Amino acid sequence: MTTPTPVAPSRPAAAAPPPRKGRGDLRHMAADRGLDLLMVVLALVVLFPLLYALGTSLKTTAEVNQYPPTLWPHVFNAGNYPDALRVAPIARFLLNSFIQSGAVTVGQLVTAALAAFAFSFIEFPGRQALFFLFLSTLMIPAEVTLIPNYLTVRSLGWLNTYPALVAPFLATAFGTFLLRQFFLTVPRELWDAARIDGCSRRRFLAQILAPLARPAFATLAIYAFLSTWNQYLWPLLVINSQQMRTVQIGLAILQSQESVSWSLVMAGIVLIVAPTIFLFLIGYRHVVRGLTAGAVKG
Amino acid sequence: MSTQAPSGPSTAAAPAVVWRVPRSAGRGEFAAALGYLLPSLVVFTMFVFYPLIKNVQLSLYETSPLGGLGLFVGVANYTQLIHDPAFLNSLRVSFLFALYTVPAGILLGLPLAMLANRRIRGIVVFRTAYSFTIAVSIAAAALIWEWLLDPNVGMLNYLLSLLHVHKVGWLTDPRFALPAVAATTVWKDLGFNVVVLLAALQGVSDELIEAARIDGAGRWATFRNVVVPAISPALFFVGVVSTISVLQSFGQVNILTQGGPVDSTNVIVYSIYRNAFFNFRFGLAAAQAMLLFVLVLILTGLQFTVFERFVTYQ
Repeated sequence: MTTPTPVAPSRPAAAAPPPRKGRGDLRHMAADRGLDLLMVVLALVVLFPLLYALGTSLKTTAEVNQYPPTLWPHVFNAGNYPDALRVAPIARFLLNSFIQSGAVTVGQLVTAALAAFAFSFIEFPGRQALFFLFLSTLMIPAEVTLIPNYLTVRSLGWLNTYPALVAPFLATAFGTFLLRQFFLTVPRELWDAARIDGCSRRRFLAQILAPLARPAFATLAIYAFLSTWNQYLWPLLVINSQQMRTVQIGLAILQSQESVSWSLVMAGIVLIVAPTIFLFLIGYRHVVRGLTAGAVKG
Repeated sequence: MSTQAPSGPSTAAAPAVVWRVPRSAGRGEFAAALGYLLPSLVVFTMFVFYPLIKNVQLSLYETSPLGGLGLFVGVANYTQLIHDPAFLNSLRVSFLFALYTVPAGILLGLPLAMLANRRIRGIVVFRTAYSFTIAVSIAAAALIWEWLLDPNVGMLNYLLSLLHVHKVGWLTDPRFALPAVAATTVWKDLGFNVVVLLAALQGVSDELIEAARIDGAGRWATFRNVVVPAISPALFFVGVVSTISVLQSFGQVNILTQGGPVDSTNVIVYSIYRNAFFNFRFGLAAAQAMLLFVLVLILTGLQFTVFERFVTYQ
């Protein structure tokens, strides 16, 4: 036994003189550099499927079918992008998804802000019961309402329309909860003062509270947009006309066409994930806040 | 004083609220509040509460191919299900699927979250990279993985061939299809796990770890005896939420395998989808959905009761 283990077995070790400078620091620095390197490697591993998809989207048809596969295109071929847009109406899919996600986002902001206001600034009998009624919707999985909602939408003649894509998502218990949490941090005195000045509830919400709550709105907006954009099952059920498809469904259609090469499909994927990746990058803070608020919601 | 004790999970992290409303607040306030709540209530009634009741009703009837109510059959749909080998198979597949994905997701997410919790310059770049899959839809993830798993020109089989492993038909071999769909899911959900676990790790105080170090605990002992207990609520949360979300998986199955080969990836939701929208047996599918609901409810209840006993993090 020559080298002592780095794990000191008992308390007295702490009282021992600090390790000599130099060697200890060097070893520390080497370990840190090692961790830095590991982090870079792991980042590349996690991102690999996406980077590989991006690379594939720029390969020629010959290269994409080649074995062994190439990691990154030898010859860049941006032509897959216009081709993908030609083979399937991806521009139209993007428009549909923008309309759906935009409308749902705006709708949720409005309904959630109104409800959150009532739950935080109006004292009314039955407030607790109603709040729990809202929260109870979080426990109902979408599959349970799927079939009846499909039948409802069909009986309204909404199949293949925007209302079918938007209406069921116009209220959100999660968003109401999120905004209420924020509203509760706003001092009551603000409302008392505004009321004395003759401010109505509606004006207080619109002109004083809403501007203050901008960060919370941003969190909800990004969360709503991302999750609507990425919906799969519901649009698959209520849309079957080519013109009304959303990006996620359109993408799968592109892939199922026999003649289409993988490089074209990957170009389509890059086009449809680009908006959400952009949103994720600029709103990273908000995405994290939304997800960890979700941790409380359960 | 006159404030009630917060009684629900929702209030656990919220500032204390006065739930009891003064007697003076009467009908006027209720009417005012209702005006603000109405838009949400209308949507919830139409697309959550009514369909929930309707689904219960459907599950008790024989239905026409158009979804109309036929003969009242009571619990016959349910009894048929619990004796149906296909349904029992979908339950088994879903549980296996959860078993393949949930522990793996945590075991991969935790080290990434710990690295992302280091205090170094540019850490936000790594945090973004490790949670990047949040921005990717399940459809895009499934298609990218279908390409990676391609038996002939896919990257995975090529890498395995370097290790002299013979070509694997990932999505066509019943032995490998479910693990392959699970791998896709683990990758897709990794970002979420990293974000939640990182938030939890950030809540572990430096003093706690410093104290352990001074007491002579090594890295592993500190991790095992200090960090893990401190973030156990988050680990539990990720475990339950992932299980719930995995039980509701659909997109990756629909794109990668359509439930096959030989039903080896026919998870519950996929089976509901087939029964309702291909076989037009709405009543039976509604009963299946109810059983899924009960499963999710048990998991949610478990989470609320256990979660309440721990301190939540910011």
